[in-house]
Amino acid sequence: MNHQTTPLINLNIAPQAGETKQTHNIFNEQVHVQSEGFSIYYRDKEAIRRVDLSIPSGKVTAIIGPSGCGKSTFLRAINRMNDLIPGCRAKGKLVFDGEDIYGEYVDPVLLRKRVGMVFQKPNPFPKTVFDNIAFGPRINERKSKSDLYALVEKSLKNAALWDEVKDRLNDSALSLSGGQQQRLCIARALAVEPEILLMDEPTSALDPRATSRIEELIADLKGKYTIIIVTHNMQQAARVSDYTAFFYEGQLIEFAPTAQLFTKPKMKKTEEYITGRFG
Amino acid sequence: MKRETRHILDHSFSGLGFFSIFLLTASLVVVLGPIFARGISAFVFKGTVEFRRLNYEVFNRGNKNNIRDEIQQAAKYREPVYTMLKQFKRQLNDGEIPGNQDYSNDFKELSKSVTELLGPEPGKETPVLMRDQYGQTRWDKAKETLHQVLYMEKWDYSDRSAMGKKVFVPRVQEYKGTSLESLFPYMEKNLENMLRPGLTFYWQFLTDSSYDSHIFGGIFAEVTGTLYLVFGAMLFAIPIGVTAAVYLSEFANENSRIVSLLRVCISTLAGVPSIVFGLFGLAFFINTVKVSGSKSVLAGSLTLSLLILPTIIRASEEAIKAVPRTYKEAALSLGASRIRTVLTIILPAALPGIITGIIISMGRAAGETAPIIFTAAVSVGKPLTLFQTLSQPTPALPWNIYNLVTEHEAVDQIRHVQFGMVFTLVMLVLILNLAAIILRARISKKLRG
Repeated sequence: MNHQTTPLINLNIAPQAGETKQTHNIFNEQVHVQSEGFSIYYRDKEAIRRVDLSIPSGKVTAIIGPSGCGKSTFLRAINRMNDLIPGCRAKGKLVFDGEDIYGEYVDPVLLRKRVGMVFQKPNPFPKTVFDNIAFGPRINERKSKSDLYALVEKSLKNAALWDEVKDRLNDSALSLSGGQQQRLCIARALAVEPEILLMDEPTSALDPRATSRIEELIADLKGKYTIIIVTHNMQQAARVSDYTAFFYEGQLIEFAPTAQLFTKPKMKKTEEYITGRFG
Repeated sequence: MKRETRHILDHSFSGLGFFSIFLLTASLVVVLGPIFARGISAFVFKGTVEFRRLNYEVFNRGNKNNIRDEIQQAAKYREPVYTMLKQFKRQLNDGEIPGNQDYSNDFKELSKSVTELLGPEPGKETPVLMRDQYGQTRWDKAKETLHQVLYMEKWDYSDRSAMGKKVFVPRVQEYKGTSLESLFPYMEKNLENMLRPGLTFYWQFLTDSSYDSHIFGGIFAEVTGTLYLVFGAMLFAIPIGVTAAVYLSEFANENSRIVSLLRVCISTLAGVPSIVFGLFGLAFFINTVKVSGSKSVLAGSLTLSLLILPTIIRASEEAIKAVPRTYKEAALSLGASRIRTVLTIILPAALPGIITGIIISMGRAAGETAPIIFTAAVSVGKPLTLFQTLSQPTPALPWNIYNLVTEHEAVDQIRHVQFGMVFTLVMLVLILNLAAIILRARISKKLRG
């Protein structure tokens, strides 16, 4: 019997026997998400090509690369948001906690409860601040009012937004500023208590001040969550991440600890990109 | 292009736009103005003592003593009329009328007009039909009837090349030298005393049942019938239409042939003439499914709901599609199922657009005549209770407007009722729309934060 405490994403509970699971990567970090020969197609076009990547648990991993390199596509594969795009299919393996995300019996709804996401543009629901945060918890179970309130407070505090909105919980979320809205979205994702937080260029629509607050927040969340952040901004990747993956034309070119990748890149393409010769 | 040319083109275009809007407004005023002006005459008019007598006797309204006094006052002025008529009738029977003119036919006509004006002669037995029990209740009608009394209708055939012409000959000339000669100036002079007109605000026009097929009373049955039909149609069309729209925009496979075929069908349905829906409702809901033995509000509502379904589906689909994709992504990324996303995020955000569709179709359902002819509408009937709507037909404003104008035996007598109905229908649609628009604005405001 399998005695896991977290809900499985796979409806087929029996683990595949005889399979050796690689739990640590070359950097001797515990692996949370691992892709093996993973490809994604938009109809016939290959957007991601046979990517092998082990994302360490509890760290911040940045994915950088020029526009159209497939970094967002890869990110959105991890919580299967790509399912929304007609004609999009995956090949190869993308393993999360020992289970193939694109496996036959995987329930994307269960998966997404464990893999939260923050989007490029702040996208709060047209509801009150409280209802925005409570949306995820309300799906999962019936909580008492006080429990729900406590959870909302905790999530907002985790997202460093509590002090700013504690008196405005019943105001519309759309009345907040852009940066506040984005932190609200992070709090909303945290309220579901995920293990992984995916961030798809979370600061590209924000001003520098709001950006730095989000970056501080990412630093705070490090350790509690596995964070994968896609960014256009190499300085940002250098500032916030522990590991960086460089994608180019759908392929993973290089994956290394951030300091190493930005100072001593192994691949020529990486060097060209980080020195601004293209991209 | 030169700057001046561009300028002229821009200006002439905005001029054209302004002109079209002006044209639209002007035609609206031309159409609605008379409807409003004449429609209001069903509510506000000069009522005679006969109206107050009717109001007391039928609806038990008004002060008994005041009305009795008024009737007595009026009777005092009416008495000479009856005396003169009686005297002339006796002379006519005894052959004592001087001159060789034959008055017997015209006298019958004259007595009829007088009865129409003042009601049955006191002391005579009460007529069977209600319309014969009262004189003219409205001052404008009374003046028309007075004209009938004072003038004789004759046809002039002197010009053989043309059609006969109607001419009015004053009776006072015709009856010159007889005992009746003084009747006409007397009636003309004392009409006000005989009928005692007074400004009346008859708002109960909306809440009174009709008596003697709309000659007296109000249009309560028509108003309730229309409301039943509209809300019944909404009851069926909104859940089905919105569900269909959700399916088409959120769940259906865009590339599927069946789905494209469905869309074509919905568009076609929107273009089907309404009379076809009426026949379909009769053939399907009444004859095949047998939702009711014959015409009923239920069958009419179902038919109307089919008629407005395409509008609701289309509007809802567009509204759902206009909801930002990011809302959907956010909800799904939080682990919401598709149906939960639709119910808690997409539909609330699409609500203003959906309500717009509902507003449009509500106006349409209220005004449609053809679909209810075969399925729900009757010319005369009592207001229904909610339970009766399952099996009983009802009068309804659009059908009764048509029916009164084309089939009523006293069309000219009840013009004010017809206009009152048109006015009420227009106002009803306006009020329904206004309520929906306010609701929509409130929701939009809430969504915008």
